[in-house]
Amino acid sequence: MILQLEGVSKNFGGLRALSDVTFDLPEGQILGLIGPNGAGKTTLFNCISGVYTPTEGRVIFRGQEVTGHKPYDMAKAGMARTHQIVRPLNELTVRENVIVGSCFGREGNGLTAAGRIADEVLKFVGLDGRRDQLAGSLNVGQKKRLEMARALAARPYLLLLDEVLAGLNPSEIGHMVEIVRNIRDQGVTIIMIEHVMKAVMSVSDRLVVLDYGRQIAEGTPQVVANDPQVIEAYLGDPDLALRLMRDQARSQEST
Amino acid sequence: MNSPQDSSVVGSAPKVSWREALSQNAGAYVGLILPLIIIALLTIWPTVTGKDITRESIFTIMLSIALASSLNILLGYTGYVSFGHVVFFGLGGYVGFYLMAVQGWSLWPAMAMGGLAAGLLAFLLGKAILRLRGGYFALATIGVNEAMRAFINNFEPFGGPVGMTLNFQVYRDYGGAAQALRMTFYILAAITFIVILVSYFVRMSKFGLGLLAIREDEDAAEVMGVVAPSAKTWAYVLSAIFPGILGVLFFFKNGSIEPVPAFRLNFSIEMIVMVMLGGQGTVLGPILGGIGYQSLRGYLLTSPLFKNIQLAVAGVLLLVIVLFVPAGVVGWLRNRFPVLRRILQ
Repeated sequence: MILQLEGVSKNFGGLRALSDVTFDLPEGQILGLIGPNGAGKTTLFNCISGVYTPTEGRVIFRGQEVTGHKPYDMAKAGMARTHQIVRPLNELTVRENVIVGSCFGREGNGLTAAGRIADEVLKFVGLDGRRDQLAGSLNVGQKKRLEMARALAARPYLLLLDEVLAGLNPSEIGHMVEIVRNIRDQGVTIIMIEHVMKAVMSVSDRLVVLDYGRQIAEGTPQVVANDPQVIEAYLGDPDLALRLMRDQARSQEST
Repeated sequence: MNSPQDSSVVGSAPKVSWREALSQNAGAYVGLILPLIIIALLTIWPTVTGKDITRESIFTIMLSIALASSLNILLGYTGYVSFGHVVFFGLGGYVGFYLMAVQGWSLWPAMAMGGLAAGLLAFLLGKAILRLRGGYFALATIGVNEAMRAFINNFEPFGGPVGMTLNFQVYRDYGGAAQALRMTFYILAAITFIVILVSYFVRMSKFGLGLLAIREDEDAAEVMGVVAPSAKTWAYVLSAIFPGILGVLFFFKNGSIEPVPAFRLNFSIEMIVMVMLGGQGTVLGPILGGIGYQSLRGYLLTSPLFKNIQLAVAGVLLLVIVLFVPAGVVGWLRNRFPVLRRILQ
Protein backbone atom coordinates (compact mmCIF):
# COMPACT_ATOMS: atom_id res chain seq x y z
CA MET A 1 0.00 0.00 0.00
CA ILE A 2 1.42 3.36 -0.95
CA LEU A 3 -1.11 5.35 1.07
CA GLN A 4 -3.36 4.43 3.96
CA LEU A 5 -5.85 6.76 5.61
CA GLU A 6 -7.20 5.70 8.97
CA GLY A 7 -10.16 7.64 10.29
CA VAL A 8 -8.98 11.00 9.02
CA SER A 9 -11.12 13.89 10.29
CA LYS A 10 -10.71 17.63 10.04
CA ASN A 11 -12.61 20.28 11.98
CA PHE A 12 -12.57 24.00 11.27
CA GLY A 13 -13.93 25.43 14.50
CA GLY A 14 -17.40 23.92 14.75
CA LEU A 15 -17.48 22.75 11.16
CA ARG A 16 -16.63 19.13 10.54
CA ALA A 17 -15.16 19.27 7.05
CA LEU A 18 -14.01 15.66 7.02
CA SER A 19 -15.15 12.85 9.18
CA ASP A 20 -13.61 9.44 9.49
CA VAL A 21 -12.22 8.95 6.00
CA THR A 22 -10.57 5.55 5.70
CA PHE A 23 -9.16 3.89 2.61
CA ASP A 24 -6.08 2.11 1.28
CA LEU A 25 -4.46 2.90 -2.01
CA PRO A 26 -2.37 0.17 -3.66
CA GLU A 27 0.62 1.21 -5.74
CA GLY A 28 0.15 1.90 -9.43
CA GLN A 29 -3.58 2.67 -9.34
CA ILE A 30 -5.59 5.71 -10.23
CA LEU A 31 -8.04 6.59 -7.50
CA GLY A 32 -10.81 9.04 -8.41
CA LEU A 33 -12.01 11.22 -5.56
CA ILE A 34 -15.46 12.58 -6.34
CA GLY A 35 -18.31 14.29 -4.58
CA PRO A 36 -20.46 17.42 -4.81
CA ASN A 37 -18.99 20.87 -4.23
CA GLY A 38 -17.98 21.41 -0.62
CA ALA A 39 -17.79 17.69 0.09
CA GLY A 40 -14.27 18.03 1.49
CA LYS A 41 -12.20 16.68 -1.40
CA THR A 42 -9.62 19.46 -1.43
CA THR A 43 -9.56 19.42 2.38
CA LEU A 44 -8.67 15.74 2.19
CA PHE A 45 -5.85 16.55 -0.26
CA ASN A 46 -4.60 19.20 2.14
CA CYS A 47 -4.62 16.67 4.97
CA ILE A 48 -2.70 14.14 2.89
CA SER A 49 -0.14 16.61 1.53
CA GLY A 50 0.57 18.22 4.89
CA VAL A 51 -1.03 21.60 4.27
CA TYR A 52 -3.46 20.81 7.09
CA THR A 53 -2.90 18.58 10.10
CA PRO A 54 -5.87 16.22 10.50
CA THR A 55 -7.84 16.76 13.72
CA GLU A 56 -8.07 13.00 14.15
CA GLY A 57 -6.82 9.93 12.37
CA ARG A 58 -3.60 8.86 10.74
CA VAL A 59 -2.03 9.22 7.32
CA ILE A 60 0.47 6.50 6.38
CA PHE A 61 2.60 7.03 3.29
CA ARG A 62 4.81 4.20 2.05
CA GLY A 63 4.67 2.50 5.41
CA GLN A 64 5.62 5.59 7.43
CA GLU A 65 3.20 7.56 9.55
CA VAL A 66 3.24 11.11 8.20
CA THR A 67 0.30 12.66 10.03
CA GLY A 68 1.00 16.33 10.67
CA HIS A 69 4.18 16.45 8.61
CA LYS A 70 4.91 19.68 6.73
CA PRO A 71 4.15 20.01 3.01
CA TYR A 72 7.88 20.15 2.19
CA ASP A 73 8.47 16.94 4.13
CA MET A 74 5.79 15.26 2.07
CA ALA A 75 7.28 16.60 -1.15
CA LYS A 76 10.68 15.21 -0.23
CA ALA A 77 9.10 11.88 0.75
CA GLY A 78 7.77 11.56 -2.79
CA MET A 79 4.36 13.17 -2.89
CA ALA A 80 3.48 15.90 -5.39
CA ARG A 81 0.26 17.74 -6.07
CA THR A 82 -1.43 20.23 -8.29
CA HIS A 83 -3.79 22.95 -7.12
CA GLN A 84 -7.41 23.36 -8.08
CA ILE A 85 -6.86 27.10 -8.35
CA VAL A 86 -3.57 27.24 -10.20
CA ARG A 87 -0.61 28.72 -8.34
CA PRO A 88 2.09 29.51 -10.89
CA LEU A 89 5.21 31.36 -9.75
CA ASN A 90 4.23 34.27 -11.98
CA GLU A 91 7.48 36.17 -12.31
CA LEU A 92 9.53 33.06 -13.06
CA THR A 93 9.63 31.45 -16.47
CA VAL A 94 7.71 28.28 -17.23
CA ARG A 95 10.99 26.36 -17.24
CA GLU A 96 12.10 27.83 -13.91
CA ASN A 97 8.76 26.84 -12.38
CA VAL A 98 9.34 23.25 -13.37
CA ILE A 99 12.98 23.38 -12.21
CA VAL A 100 11.72 24.35 -8.74
CA GLY A 101 9.65 21.17 -8.73
CA SER A 102 12.63 19.04 -9.65
CA CYS A 103 15.16 20.76 -7.37
CA PHE A 104 13.11 20.58 -4.22
CA GLY A 105 11.04 17.47 -4.83
CA ARG A 106 11.88 13.87 -4.02
CA GLU A 107 15.13 13.70 -5.98
CA GLY A 108 16.47 17.09 -4.86
CA ASN A 109 18.36 17.54 -8.11
CA GLY A 110 20.96 20.20 -8.82
CA LEU A 111 20.09 23.00 -11.22
CA THR A 112 21.64 21.45 -14.32
CA ALA A 113 20.01 18.05 -13.91
CA ALA A 114 16.75 19.77 -12.99
CA GLY A 115 16.97 21.79 -16.21
CA ARG A 116 17.17 18.59 -18.24
CA ILE A 117 14.24 17.08 -16.43
CA ALA A 118 12.27 20.28 -16.86
CA ASP A 119 12.79 20.23 -20.63
CA GLU A 120 11.74 16.59 -20.74
CA VAL A 121 8.63 17.12 -18.64
CA LEU A 122 7.60 20.26 -20.51
CA LYS A 123 7.74 18.31 -23.73
CA PHE A 124 5.65 15.58 -22.13
CA VAL A 125 2.85 17.99 -21.20
CA GLY A 126 3.19 19.94 -24.44
CA LEU A 127 4.52 23.21 -23.06
CA ASP A 128 8.02 23.06 -24.54
CA GLY A 129 7.22 25.91 -26.90
CA ARG A 130 6.61 28.23 -23.97
CA ARG A 131 9.48 27.39 -21.66
CA ASP A 132 11.03 30.87 -21.62
CA GLN A 133 7.73 32.70 -21.20
CA LEU A 134 6.79 34.05 -17.77
CA ALA A 135 4.40 31.65 -16.06
CA GLY A 136 1.99 34.50 -15.33
CA SER A 137 1.42 35.02 -19.06
CA LEU A 138 0.01 31.53 -19.71
CA ASN A 139 -3.71 30.89 -20.18
CA VAL A 140 -5.63 28.71 -17.72
CA GLY A 141 -5.26 25.49 -19.67
CA GLN A 142 -1.53 26.02 -19.97
CA LYS A 143 -1.26 26.90 -16.30
CA LYS A 144 -2.98 23.61 -15.44
CA ARG A 145 -0.42 21.76 -17.53
CA LEU A 146 2.34 23.75 -15.84
CA GLU A 147 1.02 22.62 -12.44
CA MET A 148 1.16 19.08 -13.75
CA ALA A 149 4.68 19.54 -15.12
CA ARG A 150 5.97 20.93 -11.81
CA ALA A 151 4.49 18.01 -9.93
CA LEU A 152 5.92 15.48 -12.39
CA ALA A 153 9.37 17.03 -12.36
CA ALA A 154 9.60 16.02 -8.70
CA ARG A 155 9.33 12.40 -9.90
CA PRO A 156 6.83 11.55 -7.16
CA TYR A 157 5.64 8.14 -6.04
CA LEU A 158 2.18 9.57 -5.44
CA LEU A 159 0.61 12.34 -7.46
CA LEU A 160 -2.42 14.27 -6.20
CA LEU A 161 -4.32 15.97 -9.02
CA ASP A 162 -6.90 18.53 -7.96
CA GLU A 163 -9.34 19.14 -10.81
CA VAL A 164 -6.84 19.24 -13.62
CA LEU A 165 -9.65 18.93 -16.15
CA ALA A 166 -11.86 21.75 -14.86
CA GLY A 167 -12.05 24.69 -17.21
CA LEU A 168 -10.48 22.83 -20.14
CA ASN A 169 -12.17 22.44 -23.51
CA PRO A 170 -13.03 18.91 -24.78
CA SER A 171 -9.86 18.48 -26.83
CA GLU A 172 -7.70 19.69 -23.94
CA ILE A 173 -9.53 17.24 -21.67
CA GLY A 174 -8.73 14.41 -24.04
CA HIS A 175 -5.07 15.38 -24.06
CA MET A 176 -4.91 15.69 -20.29
CA VAL A 177 -6.59 12.30 -19.74
CA GLU A 178 -4.02 10.82 -22.07
CA ILE A 179 -1.25 12.42 -20.01
CA VAL A 180 -2.73 11.06 -16.77
CA ARG A 181 -2.89 7.52 -18.18
CA ASN A 182 0.69 7.79 -19.34
CA ILE A 183 1.89 8.87 -15.94
CA ARG A 184 0.13 5.90 -14.35
CA ASP A 185 1.68 3.57 -16.92
CA GLN A 186 5.09 4.77 -15.81
CA GLY A 187 4.35 3.50 -12.32
CA VAL A 188 3.16 6.63 -10.52
CA THR A 189 0.15 6.21 -8.26
CA ILE A 190 -2.47 8.91 -8.72
CA ILE A 191 -5.37 10.31 -6.75
CA MET A 192 -7.48 12.67 -8.80
CA ILE A 193 -10.28 14.95 -7.72
CA GLU A 194 -12.55 15.46 -10.66
CA HIS A 195 -15.94 16.78 -11.63
CA VAL A 196 -15.83 15.76 -15.26
CA MET A 197 -17.58 12.44 -14.60
CA LYS A 198 -17.09 10.78 -17.92
CA ALA A 199 -13.34 11.30 -17.75
CA VAL A 200 -12.88 10.26 -14.14
CA MET A 201 -15.08 7.18 -14.60
CA SER A 202 -13.08 6.04 -17.57
CA VAL A 203 -9.61 6.68 -16.17
CA SER A 204 -9.98 5.58 -12.52
CA ASP A 205 -9.34 2.08 -11.24
CA ARG A 206 -11.32 2.89 -8.14
CA LEU A 207 -13.47 5.72 -6.81
CA VAL A 208 -14.02 7.18 -3.38
CA VAL A 209 -17.08 9.38 -2.96
CA LEU A 210 -17.32 12.10 -0.35
CA ASP A 211 -20.44 13.97 0.68
CA TYR A 212 -20.52 16.51 3.51
CA GLY A 213 -17.11 15.26 4.61
CA ARG A 214 -18.25 11.66 4.92
CA GLN A 215 -17.08 8.84 2.76
CA ILE A 216 -20.34 7.50 1.32
CA ALA A 217 -19.02 4.97 -1.18
CA GLU A 218 -15.92 3.26 -2.42
CA GLY A 219 -15.28 0.80 -5.21
CA THR A 220 -14.89 0.37 -8.93
CA PRO A 221 -16.52 3.00 -11.16
CA GLN A 222 -19.26 0.52 -12.05
CA VAL A 223 -20.17 -0.18 -8.44
CA VAL A 224 -20.05 3.43 -7.40
CA ALA A 225 -22.10 4.62 -10.37
CA ASN A 226 -24.92 2.33 -9.34
CA ASP A 227 -24.84 3.18 -5.64
CA PRO A 228 -28.14 4.88 -4.78
CA GLN A 229 -26.51 6.92 -2.00
CA VAL A 230 -24.02 8.39 -4.46
CA ILE A 231 -26.70 9.19 -6.94
CA GLU A 232 -28.78 10.89 -4.32
CA ALA A 233 -25.83 12.95 -3.15
CA TYR A 234 -25.25 14.19 -6.66
CA LEU A 235 -28.70 14.65 -8.01
CA GLY A 236 -31.23 14.47 -5.27
CA ASP A 237 -33.53 12.18 -7.28
CA PRO A 238 -32.16 8.62 -7.18
CA ASP A 239 -34.48 7.14 -9.82
CA LEU A 240 -33.81 9.69 -12.53
CA ALA A 241 -30.11 9.75 -11.72
CA LEU A 242 -29.81 5.99 -11.80
CA ARG A 243 -31.16 5.95 -15.32
CA LEU A 244 -28.73 8.66 -16.46
CA MET A 245 -25.76 6.94 -14.91
CA ARG A 246 -26.70 3.59 -16.43
CA ASP A 247 -26.93 5.18 -19.83
CA GLN A 248 -23.47 6.58 -19.37
CA ALA A 249 -22.02 3.33 -18.08
CA ARG A 250 -23.50 1.52 -21.06
CA SER A 251 -22.07 4.01 -23.53
CA GLN A 252 -18.67 3.57 -21.91
CA GLU A 253 -18.80 -0.19 -22.07
CA SER A 254 -19.49 0.01 -25.75
CA THR A 255 -16.45 2.20 -26.38
CA MET B 1 1.52 18.94 -29.50
CA ASN B 2 3.90 16.11 -28.81
CA SER B 3 2.82 12.57 -28.45
CA PRO B 4 3.25 11.79 -24.79
CA GLN B 5 4.74 8.35 -25.41
CA ASP B 6 8.08 9.59 -26.66
CA SER B 7 9.50 10.70 -23.37
CA SER B 8 9.80 8.97 -20.06
CA VAL B 9 9.06 10.97 -16.97
CA VAL B 10 10.10 8.52 -14.35
CA GLY B 11 13.59 7.66 -15.59
CA SER B 12 16.67 8.51 -13.58
CA ALA B 13 18.27 11.95 -13.60
CA PRO B 14 20.24 12.55 -16.80
CA LYS B 15 23.98 12.69 -16.56
CA VAL B 16 25.68 15.93 -17.48
CA SER B 17 29.18 15.98 -18.91
CA TRP B 18 31.52 18.42 -17.21
CA ARG B 19 32.26 20.07 -20.53
CA GLU B 20 28.62 20.98 -21.05
CA ALA B 21 28.25 22.09 -17.48
CA LEU B 22 31.26 24.33 -17.89
CA SER B 23 30.03 25.96 -21.07
CA GLN B 24 26.63 26.53 -19.53
CA ASN B 25 28.23 28.08 -16.50
CA ALA B 26 30.47 30.29 -18.62
CA GLY B 27 27.32 31.68 -20.20
CA ALA B 28 25.83 32.20 -16.79
CA TYR B 29 28.64 34.55 -15.74
CA VAL B 30 27.68 37.10 -18.39
CA GLY B 31 25.38 38.82 -15.93
CA LEU B 32 28.28 39.39 -13.57
CA ILE B 33 30.30 41.48 -16.02
CA LEU B 34 28.41 44.75 -15.77
CA PRO B 35 28.15 44.82 -11.95
CA LEU B 36 31.85 44.10 -11.54
CA ILE B 37 32.89 46.71 -14.09
CA ILE B 38 30.85 49.33 -12.26
CA ILE B 39 32.37 48.44 -8.89
CA ALA B 40 35.88 48.43 -10.41
CA LEU B 41 35.32 51.86 -11.96
CA LEU B 42 34.04 53.25 -8.67
CA THR B 43 37.07 51.82 -6.90
CA ILE B 44 39.68 53.38 -9.17
CA TRP B 45 37.83 56.67 -9.72
CA PRO B 46 39.31 58.49 -6.68
CA THR B 47 42.82 57.49 -7.81
CA VAL B 48 42.09 58.82 -11.27
CA THR B 49 40.82 62.17 -10.09
CA GLY B 50 43.27 62.25 -7.16
CA LYS B 51 40.80 64.17 -4.96
CA ASP B 52 39.98 63.10 -1.42
CA ILE B 53 36.52 64.59 -1.69
CA THR B 54 35.71 62.27 -4.61
CA ARG B 55 36.74 59.36 -2.48
CA GLU B 56 34.38 60.50 0.27
CA SER B 57 31.37 60.72 -2.02
CA ILE B 58 32.19 57.38 -3.60
CA PHE B 59 32.53 55.91 -0.10
CA THR B 60 28.91 56.90 0.53
CA ILE B 61 27.78 55.49 -2.81
CA MET B 62 29.65 52.24 -2.35
CA LEU B 63 28.30 51.82 1.19
CA SER B 64 24.81 52.31 -0.21
CA ILE B 65 25.43 49.73 -2.93
CA ALA B 66 26.69 47.15 -0.45
CA LEU B 67 23.82 47.74 1.98
CA ALA B 68 21.17 47.79 -0.75
CA SER B 69 22.57 44.61 -2.30
CA SER B 70 22.46 42.89 1.08
CA LEU B 71 18.90 44.00 1.68
CA ASN B 72 18.04 42.82 -1.83
CA ILE B 73 18.69 39.21 -0.84
CA LEU B 74 15.76 39.47 1.56
CA LEU B 75 13.61 42.10 -0.15
CA GLY B 76 14.21 41.32 -3.80
CA TYR B 77 14.84 37.59 -3.82
CA THR B 78 12.70 36.41 -0.92
CA GLY B 79 10.00 39.08 -1.07
CA TYR B 80 10.11 40.05 2.61
CA VAL B 81 10.20 43.79 3.28
CA SER B 82 12.48 44.67 6.18
CA PHE B 83 11.86 48.26 7.23
CA GLY B 84 14.32 47.99 10.08
CA HIS B 85 17.36 46.62 8.30
CA VAL B 86 19.52 49.36 9.77
CA VAL B 87 19.35 47.43 13.06
CA PHE B 88 22.06 45.10 11.73
CA PHE B 89 24.24 48.01 10.66
CA GLY B 90 23.81 49.60 14.08
CA LEU B 91 24.22 46.48 16.18
CA GLY B 92 27.23 45.26 14.19
CA GLY B 93 28.72 48.72 14.43
CA TYR B 94 28.18 48.83 18.18
CA VAL B 95 29.63 45.38 18.85
CA GLY B 96 32.70 46.04 16.69
CA PHE B 97 33.16 49.54 18.04
CA TYR B 98 32.99 48.30 21.64
CA LEU B 99 35.64 45.70 20.89
CA MET B 100 37.93 48.30 19.32
CA ALA B 101 37.33 51.21 21.71
CA VAL B 102 37.05 49.34 25.01
CA GLN B 103 38.72 45.97 24.46
CA GLY B 104 41.46 47.27 22.19
CA TRP B 105 40.79 44.85 19.32
CA SER B 106 42.00 45.71 15.84
CA LEU B 107 39.66 46.44 12.95
CA TRP B 108 39.64 43.01 11.25
CA PRO B 109 38.46 40.82 14.11
CA ALA B 110 36.10 43.60 15.19
CA MET B 111 34.51 43.58 11.73
CA ALA B 112 34.18 39.80 11.88
CA MET B 113 32.47 40.02 15.27
CA GLY B 114 30.18 42.80 14.02
CA GLY B 115 29.09 40.61 11.14
CA LEU B 116 28.68 37.64 13.44
CA ALA B 117 26.55 39.61 15.91
CA ALA B 118 24.30 40.86 13.12
CA GLY B 119 24.00 37.38 11.64
CA LEU B 120 23.18 35.89 15.03
CA LEU B 121 20.51 38.51 15.68
CA ALA B 122 18.99 37.79 12.27
CA PHE B 123 19.03 34.07 12.98
CA LEU B 124 17.18 34.48 16.27
CA LEU B 125 14.78 37.04 14.81
CA GLY B 126 14.22 34.81 11.81
CA LYS B 127 12.95 32.04 14.05
CA ALA B 128 10.61 34.47 15.75
CA ILE B 129 9.25 36.92 13.18
CA LEU B 130 9.81 35.36 9.75
CA ARG B 131 6.62 33.37 10.19
CA LEU B 132 4.79 36.68 9.87
CA ARG B 133 3.89 37.61 6.33
CA GLY B 134 3.66 40.84 4.37
CA GLY B 135 2.97 43.98 6.36
CA TYR B 136 3.16 42.20 9.70
CA PHE B 137 6.77 41.22 9.13
CA ALA B 138 7.63 44.75 8.00
CA LEU B 139 6.05 46.18 11.15
CA ALA B 140 7.88 43.72 13.35
CA THR B 141 11.23 44.75 11.84
CA ILE B 142 10.55 48.39 12.70
CA GLY B 143 9.70 47.30 16.23
CA VAL B 144 12.95 45.36 16.50
CA ASN B 145 14.99 48.38 15.40
CA GLU B 146 13.27 50.71 17.85
CA ALA B 147 13.61 48.20 20.67
CA MET B 148 17.30 47.76 19.93
CA ARG B 149 17.88 51.50 19.94
CA ALA B 150 16.06 51.86 23.27
CA PHE B 151 18.10 49.00 24.70
CA ILE B 152 21.46 50.40 23.55
CA ASN B 153 20.40 53.80 24.81
CA ASN B 154 20.22 52.32 28.30
CA PHE B 155 23.09 49.86 28.04
CA GLU B 156 25.98 51.33 30.02
CA PRO B 157 28.83 49.17 28.65
CA PHE B 158 28.07 50.67 25.23
CA GLY B 159 28.04 54.21 26.66
CA GLY B 160 24.28 54.61 26.93
CA PRO B 161 22.86 57.67 25.15
CA VAL B 162 26.31 59.25 24.77
CA GLY B 163 27.77 56.34 22.87
CA MET B 164 31.49 55.75 22.52
CA THR B 165 34.43 57.42 20.81
CA LEU B 166 37.66 55.97 19.50
CA ASN B 167 40.90 57.26 20.91
CA PHE B 168 42.72 59.02 18.10
CA GLN B 169 45.79 56.90 18.89
CA VAL B 170 44.00 53.89 17.43
CA TYR B 171 44.51 55.19 13.91
CA ARG B 172 48.24 55.26 14.44
CA ASP B 173 48.33 51.47 14.09
CA TYR B 174 47.04 51.95 10.56
CA GLY B 175 49.60 54.58 9.57
CA GLY B 176 47.78 57.67 10.80
CA ALA B 177 44.27 59.05 10.27
CA ALA B 178 44.69 59.95 6.60
CA GLN B 179 46.07 56.53 5.79
CA ALA B 180 43.29 54.87 7.81
CA LEU B 181 40.69 56.83 5.84
CA ARG B 182 42.19 55.64 2.58
CA MET B 183 42.32 52.11 3.90
CA THR B 184 38.65 52.07 4.90
CA PHE B 185 37.78 53.03 1.33
CA TYR B 186 39.60 50.04 -0.14
CA ILE B 187 38.23 47.69 2.50
CA LEU B 188 34.77 48.94 1.62
CA ALA B 189 35.47 48.36 -2.07
CA ALA B 190 36.57 44.79 -1.30
CA ILE B 191 33.48 44.10 0.82
CA THR B 192 31.22 45.57 -1.87
CA PHE B 193 32.88 43.31 -4.39
CA ILE B 194 32.20 40.29 -2.16
CA VAL B 195 28.60 41.36 -1.54
CA ILE B 196 28.00 41.56 -5.28
CA LEU B 197 29.51 38.11 -5.79
CA VAL B 198 27.39 36.67 -2.99
CA SER B 199 24.29 38.37 -4.36
CA TYR B 200 25.02 36.97 -7.82
CA PHE B 201 25.74 33.43 -6.73
CA VAL B 202 22.70 33.35 -4.51
CA ARG B 203 20.61 34.58 -7.44
CA MET B 204 21.97 31.83 -9.67
CA SER B 205 21.89 29.00 -7.14
CA LYS B 206 19.35 26.42 -6.18
CA PHE B 207 19.03 28.15 -2.80
CA GLY B 208 18.23 31.39 -4.64
CA LEU B 209 15.65 29.66 -6.80
CA GLY B 210 13.96 28.48 -3.62
CA LEU B 211 13.93 32.08 -2.37
CA LEU B 212 12.36 33.29 -5.62
CA ALA B 213 9.73 30.57 -5.30
CA ILE B 214 8.97 31.76 -1.77
CA ARG B 215 8.66 35.32 -3.06
CA GLU B 216 6.18 34.29 -5.73
CA ASP B 217 4.00 32.00 -3.61
CA GLU B 218 5.24 30.70 -0.29
CA ASP B 219 2.55 28.04 0.15
CA ALA B 220 3.00 26.68 -3.35
CA ALA B 221 6.76 26.66 -2.81
CA GLU B 222 6.36 24.57 0.35
CA VAL B 223 4.13 22.11 -1.46
CA MET B 224 6.90 21.75 -4.06
CA GLY B 225 9.36 20.94 -1.29
CA VAL B 226 11.03 24.27 -0.56
CA VAL B 227 11.78 24.25 3.17
CA ALA B 228 10.59 27.82 3.55
CA PRO B 229 11.29 28.42 7.26
CA SER B 230 14.97 27.59 7.00
CA ALA B 231 15.47 29.15 3.54
CA LYS B 232 13.97 32.42 4.78
CA THR B 233 16.07 32.38 7.92
CA TRP B 234 19.30 31.88 5.96
CA ALA B 235 18.35 34.60 3.51
CA TYR B 236 17.75 36.91 6.45
CA VAL B 237 21.08 35.97 8.06
CA LEU B 238 22.92 36.48 4.78
CA SER B 239 21.30 39.87 4.27
CA ALA B 240 22.28 40.89 7.83
CA ILE B 241 25.93 39.82 8.00
CA PHE B 242 27.30 42.40 5.56
CA PRO B 243 25.45 45.37 7.09
CA GLY B 244 26.93 44.25 10.43
CA ILE B 245 30.47 44.23 9.01
CA LEU B 246 29.90 47.54 7.23
CA GLY B 247 28.61 49.11 10.44
CA VAL B 248 31.96 48.42 12.12
CA LEU B 249 33.88 49.88 9.19
CA PHE B 250 31.65 52.94 8.97
CA PHE B 251 31.86 53.83 12.66
CA PHE B 252 35.58 53.07 12.75
CA LYS B 253 35.98 55.69 10.03
CA ASN B 254 33.53 57.95 11.82
CA GLY B 255 35.47 57.75 15.12
CA SER B 256 32.36 57.76 17.29
CA ILE B 257 29.08 55.93 17.64
CA GLU B 258 25.76 57.01 19.16
CA PRO B 259 22.37 55.28 19.32
CA VAL B 260 20.51 57.74 17.11
CA PRO B 261 22.75 57.70 14.04
CA ALA B 262 23.38 53.96 14.45
CA PHE B 263 19.70 53.01 14.36
CA ARG B 264 18.31 55.76 12.13
CA LEU B 265 15.09 54.41 10.60
CA ASN B 266 15.39 56.80 7.64
CA PHE B 267 18.45 54.90 6.59
CA SER B 268 16.43 51.68 6.32
CA ILE B 269 13.89 53.42 4.16
CA GLU B 270 16.60 54.85 1.94
CA MET B 271 17.97 51.32 1.46
CA ILE B 272 14.53 50.19 0.32
CA VAL B 273 14.26 53.15 -2.06
CA MET B 274 17.64 52.25 -3.58
CA VAL B 275 16.68 48.61 -4.10
CA MET B 276 13.32 49.53 -5.60
CA LEU B 277 14.77 52.26 -7.79
CA GLY B 278 17.37 50.04 -9.38
CA GLY B 279 15.24 46.94 -9.56
CA GLN B 280 14.45 44.52 -6.75
CA GLY B 281 15.46 40.93 -7.26
CA THR B 282 18.27 41.73 -9.69
CA VAL B 283 22.01 41.88 -9.00
CA LEU B 284 22.57 45.05 -10.97
CA GLY B 285 19.52 46.86 -9.59
CA PRO B 286 20.81 47.81 -6.13
CA ILE B 287 24.07 49.00 -7.72
CA LEU B 288 22.31 51.38 -10.09
CA GLY B 289 19.84 52.28 -7.35
CA GLY B 290 22.65 53.13 -4.92
CA ILE B 291 24.45 55.30 -7.45
CA GLY B 292 21.25 56.94 -8.67
CA TYR B 293 19.83 57.65 -5.25
CA GLN B 294 23.05 58.96 -3.72
CA SER B 295 23.70 61.21 -6.73
CA LEU B 296 20.21 62.60 -6.44
CA ARG B 297 20.61 63.04 -2.70
CA GLY B 298 23.94 64.80 -3.18
CA TYR B 299 22.27 67.19 -5.58
CA LEU B 300 19.30 67.78 -3.28
CA LEU B 301 21.48 68.40 -0.22
CA THR B 302 23.33 71.17 -2.02
CA SER B 303 20.30 72.76 -3.61
CA PRO B 304 18.81 75.57 -1.51
CA LEU B 305 15.28 74.55 -2.41
CA PHE B 306 15.46 70.90 -1.38
CA LYS B 307 18.15 70.71 1.26
CA ASN B 308 15.70 70.50 4.16
CA ILE B 309 13.25 68.16 2.52
CA GLN B 310 15.51 65.67 0.78
CA LEU B 311 13.90 62.79 2.69
CA ALA B 312 10.49 63.89 1.46
CA VAL B 313 11.88 63.55 -2.04
CA ALA B 314 12.96 60.01 -1.19
CA GLY B 315 9.42 59.28 -0.05
CA VAL B 316 7.88 60.66 -3.21
CA LEU B 317 10.42 58.76 -5.28
CA LEU B 318 9.46 55.50 -3.56
CA LEU B 319 5.80 56.23 -4.24
CA VAL B 320 6.43 56.94 -7.91
CA ILE B 321 8.49 53.77 -8.33
CA VAL B 322 5.95 51.54 -6.62
CA LEU B 323 3.12 53.05 -8.66
CA PHE B 324 4.70 53.28 -12.09
CA VAL B 325 7.85 51.17 -12.34
CA PRO B 326 7.53 48.51 -9.62
CA ALA B 327 10.25 46.44 -11.33
CA GLY B 328 12.74 49.32 -11.06
CA VAL B 329 15.16 50.46 -13.77
CA VAL B 330 16.72 47.06 -14.42
CA GLY B 331 13.38 45.24 -14.29
CA TRP B 332 11.92 47.75 -16.72
CA LEU B 333 14.82 47.33 -19.12
CA ARG B 334 14.57 43.54 -18.89
CA ASN B 335 10.87 43.62 -19.70
CA ARG B 336 11.28 46.16 -22.45
CA PHE B 337 14.30 44.61 -24.13
CA PRO B 338 14.29 40.82 -23.57
CA VAL B 339 17.55 40.65 -25.58
CA LEU B 340 19.34 42.28 -22.67
CA ARG B 341 18.18 39.71 -20.11
CA ARG B 342 21.39 37.74 -20.08
CA ILE B 343 23.47 40.83 -19.43
CA LEU B 344 21.10 42.48 -16.97
CA GLN B 345 20.83 40.00 -14.14
